[in-house]
Amino acid sequence: MTSQGTISKKQDTKTANEEVVTIRDLKISFGEQQVLNDFNMELHNGENLAILGKSGSGKSVLIKCMVRLLKADAGMIHILGKDVNALKSRELDELRQKIGFLFQSGALYDSMTVRQNIEFPLRRVKKGIKDKDINDKVMEVLENVGLTEAIDKMPSELSGGMRKRISLARTIAVDPSIMLYDEPTTGLDPVTSKEISLLINDIQEKYKTSSIIITHDMECVRYTANRIIMLKDGAVFMNGPLEQFEQSDDPVIKSFFDSARQTIK
Amino acid sequence: MKATANHISKVKHYAAQRSIRVTEKTLESVGRLKTAMTDIANFFLFVSATFKAMFSRDFEFREFMRQCYVIGNRTLPLISVTGIIMGLVLTIQSRPVLIKFGAVSMLPSMVAISLIREMGPMVTSLICAGKIGSGIGAELGSMKVTEQIDAMEVSSTHPMRFLVVTRVLACIFMIPLLILYADALGIFGSWVGVNIKGDVNIVLFFSQAFSSVEFIDFIPAFIKSFFFGAVIGFVGSYKGYNAGKGTESVGRAANSSVVIASLILIIVDMVAVQITDMIPS
Ligand SMILES: Nc1ncnc2c1ncn2[C@@H]1O[C@H](COP(=O)(O)OP(=O)(O)OP(=O)(O)O)[C@@H](O)[C@H]1O
Ligand SMILES: [Mg+2]
Repeated sequence: MTSQGTISKKQDTKTANEEVVTIRDLKISFGEQQVLNDFNMELHNGENLAILGKSGSGKSVLIKCMVRLLKADAGMIHILGKDVNALKSRELDELRQKIGFLFQSGALYDSMTVRQNIEFPLRRVKKGIKDKDINDKVMEVLENVGLTEAIDKMPSELSGGMRKRISLARTIAVDPSIMLYDEPTTGLDPVTSKEISLLINDIQEKYKTSSIIITHDMECVRYTANRIIMLKDGAVFMNGPLEQFEQSDDPVIKSFFDSARQTIK
Repeated sequence: MKATANHISKVKHYAAQRSIRVTEKTLESVGRLKTAMTDIANFFLFVSATFKAMFSRDFEFREFMRQCYVIGNRTLPLISVTGIIMGLVLTIQSRPVLIKFGAVSMLPSMVAISLIREMGPMVTSLICAGKIGSGIGAELGSMKVTEQIDAMEVSSTHPMRFLVVTRVLACIFMIPLLILYADALGIFGSWVGVNIKGDVNIVLFFSQAFSSVEFIDFIPAFIKSFFFGAVIGFVGSYKGYNAGKGTESVGRAANSSVVIASLILIIVDMVAVQITDMIPS
C-alpha cells in the first residue's frame, strides 16, 4: 500500500460501534410510486450489513440516495458525520471519494482498457500522485481480485464475473472507507459467487471498510453479513442477525429464505 | 407524466371558469408544448453547466485531443468527397447561365463566394451533425444507460468535464477547420469542372477565385462556423447525457441529436445571414 493510502486511512479510523451511516425517515417517490417511505437504518464502523428485498423494492434507489445520485424527497442521511443532502458540491466530492460504489451492472468504461479504468479515478481523485505509485496501486488491486493478467484487456473481452471483479478493483483503488455493493454476485455461477463473497470479506479485513451489501444471494449473505435488513414496502421489515431471520416464522421472510434456498439447489 | 397531468387539470379548471370549450386534443398538445419547453429550458441549463465546468482548473487535455482526432478521422473522407463534388456541380450547373449573361469570366469568383459564404459551412456542418452529432449522442447515451456516467459521478471524477467539455470544445475547434478544408476542396472541384470543358491553369484559377473574395465574405462565415460546431457538440452531448433508461433510448438519443442539431443549424444560419446582411459593405 502506498504511504498516501495509509495516511488517509488513519484519518478515517473510528472506534468500533460508531455509526458511519445513519438514515432517518427517508422518503423518495417517482411520480405516483412511493419507493421508500420512512426508511430508517444505521451502519456501524467495520460492519457488513446485507440488505434483502424483492426486485423493485428500492434497494438500488436507497444506495443511490446515499451518494446523492438521486435526491431524496425527505428524510436525513448522515454519512461519516456529514449531512449528505446539505453538502455543497466540493464537500460532496470529498465525501464521495470515501465511498466505494459497486454498480449492479459493473459500469466499466467501455472505451478504456482495464488499466485505464482503474487509473481513471486514481489520477483524478489523488491529485499529484506519481506514475510509479499509480502503477503499484493498479497492480495491488488487480492482485487482490486475482486478475493481473487482464490488465491490458478491454472490458468487452471480459466475462461477467471478471467484469465484476475489475469493477471491484477500480472501486477499492481509491481507498474508500465505506463500500456499497449492489448485487455483487447476481448472475454469476456458484463458484464465482463464492469467490466474490470471500473477496468482499478480504477487502473488509484488509482495508477496514464498513459495507452495505445488497443481494438476493443467501450464500453471499451467509459468508459476508454480520447483520441483515429486510426491505419491504419502502421500510425496514426486519432487522437483525442471520439467525433471527432463519428462525423467523413470518411468512414473508420464510418464503424469501425458502425460495432462495431452492434456487441455490 | 405527473407534471403534465397536473398541468392539464389546471388548464381544464381555467377553461371551465371562463366557459371555454377545450377538447382532449387541445389538452394533449398543451401537454406536449410544455414538455418541449421544459426540454429547451433543460438544454440551456446544460449549456451553462458545461461552461461552468469548462472554466475549472483541471482541463482534460488528452481527451480533448483524442476527440479532435476522432472528429477528423471520422469525417475527413466524407467531407473530401462532398467538398469536391459540391464545387464541381456548382460549376457545371452555373456555367451555361453565366455564358448566357456573358459573365463566364466571373465563374471562379462566383463559385468561391457561394462556397465560402454558404455552401461550405452549411453542407459540412450538416454532414458533421450526421456523423459527429449522432456519434456523440450514441456514445454518451450508451454510457448513461450502462451507468458509466453515474460511476464517474460517484467517484467524483466530474463526467461533465471529462465527457462533455472535451467533446463540445473539440467540435468548436474542429468544425471550422473542416469547413475551411471543404471550401478549399470545393474550389478545387470547381477547377476540375472548368477543366472538363477547357484548359485552365490551377494557380490562375485560384487567384481568379480569390480576387473578388473580401473580408465581408469570409469573416462572418468563419465566425458562424464556430457556432455550428457548438450546436453540434452541445446538442449531441445533451441528448446523450440525458438519455433515458434501456437500450432503445440510445438509438433515440443518436437520432434526435442529428434531427435537432440539423434544425438548429439551419435556424442559426438564417439568423447569421440576417446579421451579415445588416453589415454595410
Ligand atoms: N430513475 C428512476 N425513475 C423512475 N423510477 C425509478 C427510477 N429508479 C428506480 N425507479 C423505480 O423504483 C423502484 C425500485 O427500483 P430499484 O432499482 O431500487 O429496485 P431494486 O430493489 O434495486 O431491484 P433489483 O433487485 O431488481 O435491482 C422500481 O419500481 C423502479 O421502477
Ligand atoms: Mg437494484
